[in-house]
Amino acid sequence: MSTTMSNAVTKTKSGLFHHGKRGGDIETAESTAGQAKGAAKYTVLAVLIFLAFYAVAPLWWLIVAITKSTQTIYTTNGLWFAGKFNLFQNLHDLFTYQDGIYSTWLWNTIWLSSVTSAGAMVVTVAAGYALAKYKFFGRGAIMTGIIISFIIPGSLLTVPSFLLFNKVGLYDNWWVMILPAMFTPFDTYLAKVYAESAVPDELMEAARIDGAGEYRIFTTISWRLMVTPAATIFLLHFVQSWNSFMWPMIFLKDYHKWTVMLGLQSWLARGTDSQYDLTMIVLTGAFISMIPVIILMIAMQRYWKSGMTVGSLK
Amino acid sequence: MSSSTSTVTRSKGLSWRTLQAMKGSTFALPFVGGFIFFVFIPIGIALVESLYAEKKSGLGLGKATRSFVGFDNIAQALQDTTFWTGLGRVAVYAIIVVPLTQGLSMLMALLIDAASRKTANRFRVLLLLPYMTPGIVSTIIWIYLYSPATSPFKGLGVNFFDSNMVWVSMGQMAIWAGLGFNMLIQYGSLQSIPGEIIEAARLDGASELRIAWSIKIPYMISAVSLTTMFNIIGVLQLFNEPYFFRSISPQTITKDFTPAMQIYNEAFQAGNLNYATALSLVLAVILGLASACVYAIQNKVDK
Repeated sequence: MSTTMSNAVTKTKSGLFHHGKRGGDIETAESTAGQAKGAAKYTVLAVLIFLAFYAVAPLWWLIVAITKSTQTIYTTNGLWFAGKFNLFQNLHDLFTYQDGIYSTWLWNTIWLSSVTSAGAMVVTVAAGYALAKYKFFGRGAIMTGIIISFIIPGSLLTVPSFLLFNKVGLYDNWWVMILPAMFTPFDTYLAKVYAESAVPDELMEAARIDGAGEYRIFTTISWRLMVTPAATIFLLHFVQSWNSFMWPMIFLKDYHKWTVMLGLQSWLARGTDSQYDLTMIVLTGAFISMIPVIILMIAMQRYWKSGMTVGSLK
Repeated sequence: MSSSTSTVTRSKGLSWRTLQAMKGSTFALPFVGGFIFFVFIPIGIALVESLYAEKKSGLGLGKATRSFVGFDNIAQALQDTTFWTGLGRVAVYAIIVVPLTQGLSMLMALLIDAASRKTANRFRVLLLLPYMTPGIVSTIIWIYLYSPATSPFKGLGVNFFDSNMVWVSMGQMAIWAGLGFNMLIQYGSLQSIPGEIIEAARLDGASELRIAWSIKIPYMISAVSLTTMFNIIGVLQLFNEPYFFRSISPQTITKDFTPAMQIYNEAFQAGNLNYATALSLVLAVILGLASACVYAIQNKVDK
């Protein structure tokens, strides 16, 4: 009984502070009191199997589909493999079509997402730290601005941003993908909430007494305590940047600068009205474009799996 | 003597604190600069641009003339039947899809919570796969699953891109794609229920359903209202999915099918940037009202 209680407490805290070294704790600290007992267990299991089938079946279809050829995709059962294994031919077609433009798109997406997320992480973690730990002039105004921006929909910013970026030479420029995404108020808010509880004032005072300056405190102590929000922000941004579609469609004109999602859409749209059937290329390209995101999400699941990170911001 | 020392210390301490706060504020400077440039300046531009109109003289070859038209653009947007029809479409869609997505996610969160830890971990990974799938990739998968040539459902004889079916098709896809994210946040809220409350209820003879209904669901309310708010705002700005569907079925999905598509079309296809900003301002106000409603309802439920 007391274990359950302390588990619940640990869980609530670990949601906010699960630090790097205690990875295993997240799994073990989860409360088990909610578990169904008796016959209800089997009902739970049955419904879960059904829902898992619903969640996985479309992805299973994709995996099966990319092993088929342009002929067998139309003639064989979608949920099982055709006789001939055509995956390598499809991959070859994908990476050679239009002089291998797909690898350019893939590389663009990888480095743009990485740079954007790293930039956003540094900018917003530093800002969140300042807002949480220092009482400076204008702090209230910044917080008000952040809260106001929460209710501003993204679609309001698109058209005026287009006018602005055209004037300052950001149109059809890599920076248009990187800079605007680096100053996300939501992430700053997230970092602030974390910093408030994760960086103790006493620790900062102790460092000051030892003669450390404010910058020194951040570069040697505070940032280490903010690894969790930093990683979360990086991950959320990477996924968002990887998936962005409307923004690159509006701002990137030259197709050599495109991202994977934009390229896939152009092939999908063309595939319906041209002589050459692009179906297999689109499907294989879609599958390949999932892999980096899935690898990153599984590698960093500690930061999002408990759901506490985003849920704690109500 | 001692009083003078304390005064010195205090005045010194004050300036030292101020200096420290100023130094600290520099951590926020890059963010504040970018935030103003990329969020507040565009909003200012939107407000100004919506008050102007650009007209090309002659046959559209002459230089465009810019004139101040006041609230004409906004007034035109408020009377634009295409806009309101589009908004009506996404509103009806939201009324159906949002409760289904949230309900199913809540069910999943409750089931994962009720399963044994080993089972839960195994199923959670599977149930989160749609969340890990990039949105565009899931749209592509479903488009092929719906297309007659590649669909495994072709035996059903349903045309998924038919003007009546297309909303069902898109809604089903949105529910699939949204399950994981919503479940994740709602499951997080279940983890904060003190174990002894549930143990006590079980000792008193409460059934699993009763525990879910009377203890777990009330604990989930604030997380659910958060995900509902995200969901509504996302759905009302629906763009990617209908845009992709349009490339397959341009007859049923018109170029201004949803408000976001109309704004995109006005701004970047027709070139009416001023009118497009007016439309986006109207849409922003509507979204603000919608979130305010959700917030008010949540406060009422909490009390």
